This record gives sequence, structure tokens and C-alpha cells, in this order.
Amino acid sequence: MTAVADGTETAQELGSLTMAGALNRALADELRADERVLVYGEDVGPLGGVFRVTDGLAAEFGDRRVFDSPLAESGIVGTAIGMAMHGLRPVVEMQFDAFSYPAFEQIVSHLAKLHNRSRGRITLPVVIRVPYGGGIGGVEHHCDSSEAYWVATPGLKVVTPGTASDAYWLMRQAIASDDPVIFLEPKRRYWAKEEIAAEPAAPFSQALVRRTGSDVTLIGYGSMVPTLLEAADAAAQERISAEVVDLRSLSPFDDKTVVASVRRTGRAVVVHEASGFAGFGAEIVARLTEQCFHQLHAPIGRVTGFDIPYPPPMLEKHHLPSVDRILDAVDRLQFDDTVALPTGPGNDA
Amino acid sequence: MIVDTSAGPGSDALLPTSTPRCLIDADGRPTAAEGAGLPDAEVLLELFRLMSLGRRFDSQATALTKQGRLAVYPSARGQEACQVGVVTAMAQRDWLFPTYRDSVALVSRGINPVEVLTLLRGDWHCGYDPYLHRTGPQCTPLATNTLHAVGLAHAARLAGEDTVAVVLLGDGATSEGDTHEALNIAAVWQAPVVFLVQNNGYAISVPLAKQTRARTLAHKGVGYGMPGVLIDGNDAAMVHVAVSEAIERGRSGGGPTLIEALTYRIEAHTNADDATRYRQEAEVASWLARDPLSRLQTYLQDDGLLDEAAIAEIAEEAEARAGRLRAAMNADPVTDPAELFAHVYTEPTAALRRQAANLADELAGELADDLAEEVSEGAS
Repeated sequence: MTAVADGTETAQELGSLTMAGALNRALADELRADERVLVYGEDVGPLGGVFRVTDGLAAEFGDRRVFDSPLAESGIVGTAIGMAMHGLRPVVEMQFDAFSYPAFEQIVSHLAKLHNRSRGRITLPVVIRVPYGGGIGGVEHHCDSSEAYWVATPGLKVVTPGTASDAYWLMRQAIASDDPVIFLEPKRRYWAKEEIAAEPAAPFSQALVRRTGSDVTLIGYGSMVPTLLEAADAAAQERISAEVVDLRSLSPFDDKTVVASVRRTGRAVVVHEASGFAGFGAEIVARLTEQCFHQLHAPIGRVTGFDIPYPPPMLEKHHLPSVDRILDAVDRLQFDDTVALPTGPGNDA
Repeated sequence: MIVDTSAGPGSDALLPTSTPRCLIDADGRPTAAEGAGLPDAEVLLELFRLMSLGRRFDSQATALTKQGRLAVYPSARGQEACQVGVVTAMAQRDWLFPTYRDSVALVSRGINPVEVLTLLRGDWHCGYDPYLHRTGPQCTPLATNTLHAVGLAHAARLAGEDTVAVVLLGDGATSEGDTHEALNIAAVWQAPVVFLVQNNGYAISVPLAKQTRARTLAHKGVGYGMPGVLIDGNDAAMVHVAVSEAIERGRSGGGPTLIEALTYRIEAHTNADDATRYRQEAEVASWLARDPLSRLQTYLQDDGLLDEAAIAEIAEEAEARAGRLRAAMNADPVTDPAELFAHVYTEPTAALRRQAANLADELAGELADDLAEEVSEGAS
């Protein structure tokens, strides 16, 4: 068991890092701590990855442990499965979200299932890093939020950090996990700087209350966490006390933390960049309705991307959930029950 | 230098022979004078024995399917030379990555036939311990196992081992993208992998001519910078020798090899398929004349290495094994619904523990209802 898994590891004086820097540091610390860890993918070697998340790793750990693979995503994941069967703990990169699709079969049919298929005899401690989401002015195929595909696949763990400090610790926890992990990196937050905590803020599969409040729970993950905190600040100006829950782990889902918050506040808005239809938010809303129905004062709101292919860069601002759109959703949660019923032709007209 | 054209042997050295390499022809005659190039008599006898056992296993599995004991069975009849030849060429420390049609290879590797048939009986997916037998689970999504072989072989090499991974695939699987990625990555990494393509002529109903315009599948090797070897896949001695050479190449750091073994699927794709819809009886008959078992038997008898008594002894062993398999498969397998939740993750999640409890409650309720019904029937 690694030091991260048994909770004895603490990071001394990591200081303030960007999320990309924090991920880089986490990879370096795991490469140093465990010789079974190796890092590969497209351009992750001497270049250091297109987002520089693997910067300097090849130089420090050598090209047997950090290396460029041929340009073949299915090949990257498929070979990682074979390596994990032989006892290694590969951390592989899909360069961009939409570039992970060639690996879909290897992830869904093998990575997620081999432990089950072999009655637990094969374990696959593979981490697949996926820079995901929009907000960076990327052209098509560079901005997808594909989490719904991964969370719909039993056998995978799916996590995404919202802050730099969480990115550091979640990555270390992901590498320590004996189950395969899809690690979604919100690329628009790569450059946000933060002090890295000396220890993980929570166990691997647990959600976190990022800000306490009493009137409404704002639920999100990844790139939306800073947006939700901003929305909560703005709501406070309107005397609405918003609690912010950062899911961190999408699968498994931490019902306990989320349900406890919504039962307390009685209202909730779920936010994500991905399209709304059959998106991950639908699962969250269903679970909350099942477990919080009698405490709810209003239907749970959703603020998501539209049900469209990811827009071209000049139009993406209309697609991405904004503070204003979140505040509008909060306003619709029937805080004011004196509002008149709609007029005009109705059922009794 | 952008492209290092000096690397590796010239392309001519990587090309397959113009006709399939063969050691014992369809009539059981050695192709070279005094049987040059043939494996030792001991190996030839073991090839014959394992093919005989394999064929009896295969016909027993087909019979069990007709009796409803297996959900489905993709027969390996006609492909015994490939499946036995590959296994006898491998050391115990080497890894095999088979497909669903390679059950004869698995029983030849010493895996309990009941565990081999777990997948097809349907009481679990993979019934055997992959680590105990150094054999990956039988792979259904075509060509996907090629990449697992490359990854494992590369990891073994990084660990300083001389383990080789052997992956089995069919002619249809060579059209899949994963085959391309695996051949390419194996060559770039110089991973010790042997790709054995059992070209049995058909991907279910689709003939090879609709899969490729390449002269042979073995010709694809040169494009990846690895040797392509074309062999008679119904000649067990040839398969054994070609795979042994490829394994030796991989073990000594010479990288991967692509072998195309020409063979034929005598049965339909599975019991659920009707092969008369896409191929002629005459074609099947022509391949029956090239049967892998009878040619080796002829050779061994002609050479005085095998007599009727020894043949009868092997047949007896095969029959005894088939009987044991029949008995084992006729017993209803024990399944445990709780196991459905046990191996999804290394530790069941809270949600899975709840679902397991719900299913247990549901089953306990059904059991109580059944008991109550029995009691009331007994009372009336």
C-alpha cells in the first residue's frame, strides 16, 4: 500500500501551484514513491504534454518510465491494460477529451470489466488523464465534456478536481487506487494558482462542501467549482445563502454528503458544462428526488450546456453555464410563494 | 535524421516466403529430405496426442451445446494444428492471449476444461485464473487482445524478464484498427510479441477476399518493420517450429513477429450459424483432405514412431477425458447472485452494497413464498 492510500503521506511545503503544476508535482511524487508507476501518451515525453502537465518528468525519470507513445489512443489504453496485468501502474494521457473516443472500446469492454470478468484475479490500477471541457477558445473536438459516457460504465472510477490543491491530492489518490480511474482535468482551470494543502481535503470518493449556506445547494464539479463559488458570492449580495458542493468523485457518487446538504437547504441547482439531456446532472437530480423529496421546497434546477455539439470558440460563451444563468436558476426555486399564478388560457379556460 | 532508414533488416528479409512454409505435407510426407527441420519425435508425438485430445474435447463441447449445456460454442475443429502447435512452442512463463475460438489451445495449455467452458456455459465470464496459467481471458471483441499482449510483453521486458506474449487472432480481426495499432506499437517498442493469425478463410460468413487486398496477411509485417511469416496452418510441426522461432526472436530482443497460418474452420462459426449459406461442400471436403491430425498420424506411422496400440491408448485417454467433462458439465453449476456485485471494484461501493442487499432480500422473499406455498400444498 502506498503512503497516500494509507493516509500517512503529507506534502511538505508544496507552496502555491497552478493546477497544471500541481498535477505535474503529483505525478513526479508518485513516480518517485513507486517504481511501478509509469507515464506515457502522446507528446508527454520531452515536450512535457501540450498543457505541460508532464513537463520535466522524462528528464527526471528517464524514457523507460516517462515516454511518448505512437499516436494511437486505443493502443495507449490497450497496452496500459497489458502493463497493469504485469504489475505496473500506468498513468496515460488522452491529449484532449474528444481524442479519447478511439479508446472507448478498450476502456469500456476491457479496462472497466477485466476485474469482474476474471472474478477479481486481475486488477487494473490504470489512470487515464483526460483534459476536458471548454472555455479556452479551442476549436472543435477540443472542448468536450464526456463524463456521462464514463460514469455510465460500471467498473470505472471517475474523478475531477475543481482546484489546484485538490488536483494534487486527487491525482495521488487516483494513482494509489487499485481500480481504473478516469481522471478528468478541467483544462480551463489549469492555470489557476492555489496553495497546496499539506494533506488531502477528503478521502478519494467523497464530495466536499466548499462553502456552507442555508438557502440553496449549488452542486457541480471540475471547471464549474470556481463558477459556483462566484455565484454563491453574488447570491449573498441578494441575501440568499448558497452552499456549494464540489462532487470531486462522479463515480462512485457520494450520496451522503450531497443528500445531507440538500435536506438541510431544501433547494438545489445542479450545474455542468456538458449537455443536459441524459447528462450526469439527470442522475444527480433523480437521486436527490428519491432521497430528499419531503425536504424539497422546489423542483431541483439544472444549468447545463445546451443539447448541441460543442460550439465554435466565438460562440462558446453562450453555451457555458455562467454566474448569471446560475443565479437565474436559483431565483426560480420558489423563494417567493406570493408570485401570482400565470394568467391567460389554462386548463379551465 | 527524421527517418532512420538504416534501422533493422531490409524489407526483403521481412517478407514471407512465396508459398506457405510446410514441414509435413497434406499426405503426411516430409517436405525436406530426411525430415530436415522437423521437431524431435517427442514433440511430434505430443503434438499428435494434444491434437487428438483437443479434437475430442471440441466434439464433446459441440455435443454439450446441442444438449443445451452450453449457451454457444465456436468450434476449433480443423484448427487443431495452430492451437496445439502454438502452445507446445511456448514456455510456461510465456503469456497467451486467446480468443473465444481457442478453447483447444487452452485445454492444451493444461487449463481445466470445465473452467475453459465457464464463459460458454454462462455461469461466469472467465472461469480460470489468468495468472495461474499465464493466459488472458478469452477475448470476444476482435483484435482487442493484441494490445494487451503488447503491453504485457513490454512490461515484462522493462522488468528484465525474457517472457514472450503470444496473441491469437483470426483473419477477420486483421481488419480491425486495434490490430494495426498493436502491430505498430509492438514494432516501435520492439516488444517480444508473436502475433499468430489463424486464417481460417472466413469471418463468420465473409471470405478473406472481402477483408484485404494484401497478397497475404503475412505481407503486412513488412509495413510495420517486422518479419511476416506464411505457413501451412494445418501442419502442426510447422506451426510449432514457426512459433518457436518467433518466440526465440522475441526472447533475444529481436522484437515481434507476424505469422499467418493458413487453416480452415470445418464447422460453422458457432452452433447458431449455417455455413451452407456462404460456402460450398466441395470446399469443405478439400480442406478435410488436408486434415491436421491424419497427416501427422500418417507421418508418425510411416516413420515407425506411432503404432496402433499407441493410437488406441490416446483415443482411450481422450474418451476418458470427454466422459469426465460430460459428467462435470451435466451437473448444474453453482452460481451465487451475490458475486454479481463482488468484483465490479476491488471494494464494493456503497451503492453496490445496497443493491446486493436488495437482491438478497428479494431472493429471501421468493424463498419464503416458495416455502409457504409448499407448506400450504402439504396441508391441503
